[in-house]
Amino acid sequence: MKWVMLIILCVSGSAWAGEARPLTDDPAAEARLKHLAVELRCLVCQNQTLADSNAPLAEDLRREVREMIAKNMSDQEIIEFLVARYGDFVLYRPPLKATTTVLWVGPFVLMAIGATALVMTLRRRSRTVAEVSVTDEEHRRVEQLLAEGEKRS
Amino acid sequence: MNRFLLPLSIFVVVVGFLGIGLTLNPREIPSPLVGKAAPEFSQPQLYDQEKIFSSNDLKGKVWLLNFWASWCNGCKTEHPVLMDLAKSGQVTIYGMDYKDQRDEALTWLQRGGNPYSVIGVDEVGRVGINFGVYGVPETYVIDKQGVIRYKQIGPLYPDTVEKKILPLVKQLESE
Amino acid sequence: MIPEIGHFALILALCVALVQGFLPIYGAAVGNSSLMAVAKPAARTQFLLVLTAFGCLAYAFADKDFSVLYVAATSNSQLPLHYRLAAIWGAHEGSLLLWTFILTLWMFAVTLFSGHLPETTRSRILGVMGLVSVGFLLFMLTVSNPFERLIPAAAEGRDLNPLLQDPGMVIHPPMLYMGYVGFSVAFAFAIAALLGGNLDAAWARWSRPWTTVAWCFLTVGIALGSGWAYYELGWGGWWFWDPVENASFMPWLAGTALVHSLAVTDKRGGFKVWTVLLAIMAFSLSLLGTFRVRSGVLTSVHAFATDPKRGLFILVFLAIVIGGSLALYAWRAPKVGLGGSFAMLSRECMLLANNVLLVAAMGSVLLGTLYPLFLDALDLGKISVGPPYFDSVFVPLMVPAIFLMGIGPLAQWKKASVPDLAKRLKWAFGVSLVSALTLPIVMGNWTPLLSLGLLLAIWIVTTSAIGLRERLAHVNGNSLVERLASVPRSYWGMLVAHCGIAVFIVGVTMVKGFETEKDVRMNVGETASIGDYTFRFDGTQDVVGPNYTAARGTFHVSRDGRETTVLYPEKRRYPVQNQIMTEAAIDPGLLRDLYVSLGEPIDDGAWSVRLYHKPFIDWIWGGCFIMALGGALAISDRRYRLAWRRQEPAVPVPTRAARRKVA
Repeated sequence: MKWVMLIILCVSGSAWAGEARPLTDDPAAEARLKHLAVELRCLVCQNQTLADSNAPLAEDLRREVREMIAKNMSDQEIIEFLVARYGDFVLYRPPLKATTTVLWVGPFVLMAIGATALVMTLRRRSRTVAEVSVTDEEHRRVEQLLAEGEKRS
Repeated sequence: MNRFLLPLSIFVVVVGFLGIGLTLNPREIPSPLVGKAAPEFSQPQLYDQEKIFSSNDLKGKVWLLNFWASWCNGCKTEHPVLMDLAKSGQVTIYGMDYKDQRDEALTWLQRGGNPYSVIGVDEVGRVGINFGVYGVPETYVIDKQGVIRYKQIGPLYPDTVEKKILPLVKQLESE
Repeated sequence: MIPEIGHFALILALCVALVQGFLPIYGAAVGNSSLMAVAKPAARTQFLLVLTAFGCLAYAFADKDFSVLYVAATSNSQLPLHYRLAAIWGAHEGSLLLWTFILTLWMFAVTLFSGHLPETTRSRILGVMGLVSVGFLLFMLTVSNPFERLIPAAAEGRDLNPLLQDPGMVIHPPMLYMGYVGFSVAFAFAIAALLGGNLDAAWARWSRPWTTVAWCFLTVGIALGSGWAYYELGWGGWWFWDPVENASFMPWLAGTALVHSLAVTDKRGGFKVWTVLLAIMAFSLSLLGTFRVRSGVLTSVHAFATDPKRGLFILVFLAIVIGGSLALYAWRAPKVGLGGSFAMLSRECMLLANNVLLVAAMGSVLLGTLYPLFLDALDLGKISVGPPYFDSVFVPLMVPAIFLMGIGPLAQWKKASVPDLAKRLKWAFGVSLVSALTLPIVMGNWTPLLSLGLLLAIWIVTTSAIGLRERLAHVNGNSLVERLASVPRSYWGMLVAHCGIAVFIVGVTMVKGFETEKDVRMNVGETASIGDYTFRFDGTQDVVGPNYTAARGTFHVSRDGRETTVLYPEKRRYPVQNQIMTEAAIDPGLLRDLYVSLGEPIDDGAWSVRLYHKPFIDWIWGGCFIMALGGALAISDRRYRLAWRRQEPAVPVPTRAARRKVA
């Protein structure tokens, strides 16, 4: 249980004794920025989030988002602001619309198709496969083939 | 259909898309602003900082807005093309000096010539963000109603000017 | 001169590969044993030739021969020798040579360990591998020759991308490629079996160890890549669902399904058609990954410099190899028999269900990775599919898979009964459920995902324990040690690999649930606390490395007033490519990592600093290594060792006529 205690301490002990200042004056706003920025894509980089990128445009956009947070705009409004300018491309979580239906539904359809195919195959199988023990014969054959190989080499 | 052909058919479709994918540029992001009213701005002018360059002054005109900067490589490629276009007098080009140093921008224009009728200064890049600029140079064609009709991402080449920009400008002028 | 020898060796290798690709397969088709006999020496010659080429390129790098274009483009005279050698696979051309070299290495291994295979099978396998090799050699010699000369020679090289100047990057690509290319053996076995029409239990038995070895390498390779991203990219993340990461993850999912499906085909003769398809799929996905990384079709942090001509070449190659094998599959598979029967509730069925889930997960990753391309190609707009998407579809698919993972090994082959299973599993389920619900509360942060993660991890461990206990009851031996030792290695392998998954899940869950992060501006002498650790910043020093200059920060970390460690994060500047690199400093630990990275200098020696406390993060990679260890245990099983050791088995040898052709 020692490590459990350790973790409790780690989580709760976030009071710092007036030492180094946080990078921003408003850590709460920064946390919100981070929360938003990890789901937004930096436009100029290859494939990075707005939170991770050091590109100048990413810095500008973070500044814009900070200002919007300061103006008390909702997450929804901030995202709309960016989408209006750069399109859905900025969103790492693609919005559900006609063109992305297949994307969002696809995995679960795949799973459903897989499950159905599995059940159907098993049904058909149980009708066609007679209750014979193929394994023993096959295993003998494996040994036999192995043996042939040994002799040859 | 034979179920054993299913994997092959899926693969054929994927290869088809990958083939088309080879011809596309994944880094070019179409702008949602095309077909929408151009964002309004009023920025200080580069030459005369007291004066304001405002989008309201341009209502009723067909014009080009070119985002550029002295630090940008693509702008060097593009510059002669803009000079030729300006000389031809077929369309007025307005410039937006994007996140630049004033003196460097002035030196650059002195060296290469100034194709712009008026240049605004976007020091912090906010006009750029409003226009959805993600890399200079970018060029917008804006019609008489102030609607963005075309966006060129990256440098303008003589070919693009001939085939896209000029025919579009002519059509917009006659609207 | 040396580079020309390398180039010439590649041309010769291509000729040998052509011979190896066509004669033995033709020989096997017409029953000509002298043509078939070509396969083995050809494969070995090809291995030696590609080894020569590889050695020549290594020499050019060691010798700083900047008259070779590739050497000049990816290294520099200031670059230390070990990184110059790692630069061999630092960019497109050389990594392709590595790919081909590893392919011939696997071929060589097949020639060594295939003494027990029938001649026709062996020549078909080596023939198929030879054909794959033809494609890669042609690719290199036509559009990506690593030995291309640069005349006049460059005075200085352009240096290796600083991101890749790291010990992790030295071993990550070879490991990953060993995995990717290793699936080519299972692939070749499957194609050979389809060609010969003898898809049977023997085929599965032979494929199993090869597939498991490749799977182990791939697991380690992916873990190394993820670890590298964690400490080298400086963001503290370990998986970004980037297209290139997905490119390695998809073959892993298919490979995992294949390992399990092969077990059923080997033991019970079932799922043959499905297993063959998985074998084709695992290697196809490896090839597809290779294509996507090099074609410029998708943007990624790790993509190679791209060239559409190369993209087209690989696409055509892909179409021929994968299209050809899937066509062969469509033609031959319908004639394959069904194997032994089993009930709806049986171990076979659970393995198959797990396979379905794994393949659905693989399909989802593929869908998410390619979807932006689909939309773009249809001119329906550009979108990004990123971590939020993958997280939200992947977890629901994996939860039932992991649940089944606990039950499967306890279910009987052929037919299991629900009441019996329920009776054996009720304790495991109860213990997992109760501890998963209470542990997070004890730890002070209850979230549904935290509980779910712990539930799955504890479920795997408890069901494994039950499985082991039941197993021990059935083996002979007086003492516990004796009985433990008589449990087959393959069974231990499975247990260990499954527990690796549990360890991995604990890592992911705990990091997501409890990691803390802090961005601070630190003046010299100031302290910042995260968790119960206090970091004191003692300023930065200028350091000169072999090919970089750096500001190195010193952080004294203490806990309860006692010093834990001193960390030295760096901000490096590599002048040749003018790149700034953030070298994070990490104090790893079994229960937590402390992670410091320098941001930007502010003023008067103050820096912006990012601190992380990441509980259990090393369990993520630890879990992967445990999985690979499980794989290694499984292949050290007696059954396989018997096959490798060339001795006469005690089983009487029936006549050849007894051989039942499946097709």
